[in-house]
Amino acid sequence: MSGSGYLELNGIASRYGATQVLKDINLSIRAGEFVALLGSSGCGKTTLLRTLAGFNAPSSGSVHIGARDITHLPPDKRGMALVFQSYALWPHMTVDENIAYGLKLKGVPRADIAAKVSAMQSLLGLQGLGGRKPQALSGGQRQRVALGRALVIDPEILLLDEPLSNLDARIRLTVRHELRALQQRLGITAIHVTHDREEAMVMADRIVILDAGRIAQQGRPEEVYNRPASPFVAAFMGAENLLKLDGFVVGDRFVLSPGAVHAAGGVPLDGRSLASGAVEARFRPEAARILATLDTATPEDGMTFRGEVLAVTYPGGHWRHVVRTGAHEILADAPRACQPGERVAVHVGADALFLFNLAEPASASSLPASRA
Amino acid sequence: MAGLRLNLSVLWWLPRGLIFGLMAFFIFGPLFNMALWTVTEKWYFPHALPLEYGFSAWARVFAPRGGALQSLGNSLTVAVLTVIVSLAFAIPAGYALARLKLPLRSLILLAFLIPQAFPNLTVYVNVARLFYEIHLNGTIAGVVLVHVSHGLVYAVWIATAAFSAIDVELEQAARSLGAGAMRTFRDITLPLAAPGLMASAIFVFLESLDEFTGSYFVGAPDVNMLPLLLYTAGSGGNYQVASITALLLLVPSLIFMLIVERFLKADVLSRVGR
Repeated sequence: MSGSGYLELNGIASRYGATQVLKDINLSIRAGEFVALLGSSGCGKTTLLRTLAGFNAPSSGSVHIGARDITHLPPDKRGMALVFQSYALWPHMTVDENIAYGLKLKGVPRADIAAKVSAMQSLLGLQGLGGRKPQALSGGQRQRVALGRALVIDPEILLLDEPLSNLDARIRLTVRHELRALQQRLGITAIHVTHDREEAMVMADRIVILDAGRIAQQGRPEEVYNRPASPFVAAFMGAENLLKLDGFVVGDRFVLSPGAVHAAGGVPLDGRSLASGAVEARFRPEAARILATLDTATPEDGMTFRGEVLAVTYPGGHWRHVVRTGAHEILADAPRACQPGERVAVHVGADALFLFNLAEPASASSLPASRA
Repeated sequence: MAGLRLNLSVLWWLPRGLIFGLMAFFIFGPLFNMALWTVTEKWYFPHALPLEYGFSAWARVFAPRGGALQSLGNSLTVAVLTVIVSLAFAIPAGYALARLKLPLRSLILLAFLIPQAFPNLTVYVNVARLFYEIHLNGTIAGVVLVHVSHGLVYAVWIATAAFSAIDVELEQAARSLGAGAMRTFRDITLPLAAPGLMASAIFVFLESLDEFTGSYFVGAPDVNMLPLLLYTAGSGGNYQVASITALLLLVPSLIFMLIVERFLKADVLSRVGR
């Protein structure tokens, strides 16, 4: 890594007994950046966050803030504030006392504490709740108290451990934007752990996708979404449709050989390191276009295949079709519904078709093609 | 029909009333009898109620030479010291047992039961012999030591349960905001565990107040305790003095049990011994 970042993680590894939870994590985070650690449960994202917070000691590697080595500092000496998934509000203290606690620890004068606490409460829309105990608050209010408690001490780095996952779906959407706006306004460096792809996309400057304790890919939301570096990232970012194809490299294009159910096609290599041979193709349901008949001129770019509609559902906004093509079943969205049994052609554009060499060993495939 | 059903429901109250009445009699009968004896001047067979009422027995008990005040003082001193020593040990021990993943944790918890596993008499006779050799016999410290060995089961078990009922993340939240380990313990852990610790203190206090065998072998005759006074008065046929002593023992028990019932929450109780 460049080493120019504000928060630097170098070769962090962590193990619980015999199981290796984190393997060689290298991450460089700029001051004021909002980074989302994204992954499914058990991928090590929470362990990584707790390692940053100082609750887990890494088995190797180091963490630096600027020039300061904080790898072995206790949690209270790190200048970070962690917002827990459970909120972890203290039930024997009121909202005021919960928020004021961090300031009290710093020895801030009492009048200043009161001013800062009430400023934080009006910032978070908690006015009038200061005298309540956490038990008397709704989930959304508790979440905001937990956030206020962390923000009021003006931490160098804010760590968020899935703080939105216990909220109602509707509140969650607004809190995402509130949190993001607040982080930008205060200029705090934030690291947000989540398993929600959309949440990470909406909130973060950079997404770091973790898979089995390694960084599978990192980059801006549109980068990891549109240029997944591995089949895992492609699948995790919603490209669940999977086809096995053959092809070869011609110049700067990868040409797909025609098969039993699909016509010839091709995609520009565009910097991708694809080798001739068997590939797996992944794409999202919304990237597929259903063509009414097979006679339509098949576009040069991308790929077209024939199939039969098995089922149609309406998840909202578009119709989702289950299409059988050869041995595979795929999902394809269309603005109009096709009847089950109907024979259709499905086209996937070149920019939405993700190709990965099949022969590639698993370890190499998880290396990011391009690093941010 | 309605009248018949009414009759049946009235009939159903009969056995219920009988059972409740009997229960009340067995619980409150002896208590009432005791209360009567404390204000009796003269009461002998075959009379169902005392012949003369008065407070002369109270005067005798609380006379400087009655020994009751001294016994009460001894009992309270020993009980308070036992609570202090037990908690001073149980708070760190309970916290360690609750928080650290100690190997053999349940074995350690079980070890505190050992003093209860053997017949008290044999244990205390030997303790008395041992204490005699190291000049602890007949001292307050000796009796406190015996009571602590007895009370630690309650203290450690309940303290462990009280601490493990506290979510670790509540402590971690304080650490993350800049509180050191001791500060976190003082500000977060201790206040949250306080009800459970209070309950364990009360249990230890009551156990110490009631304890007889150890007090007898280790304390008597130099350190006289309230149960000992009760025993002497009872075996001497002095029911007035015995009843007044019993009342002195009963009142704190009742008050504290009511407090414990308020303090001990289900989430703490469910963790006792685990």
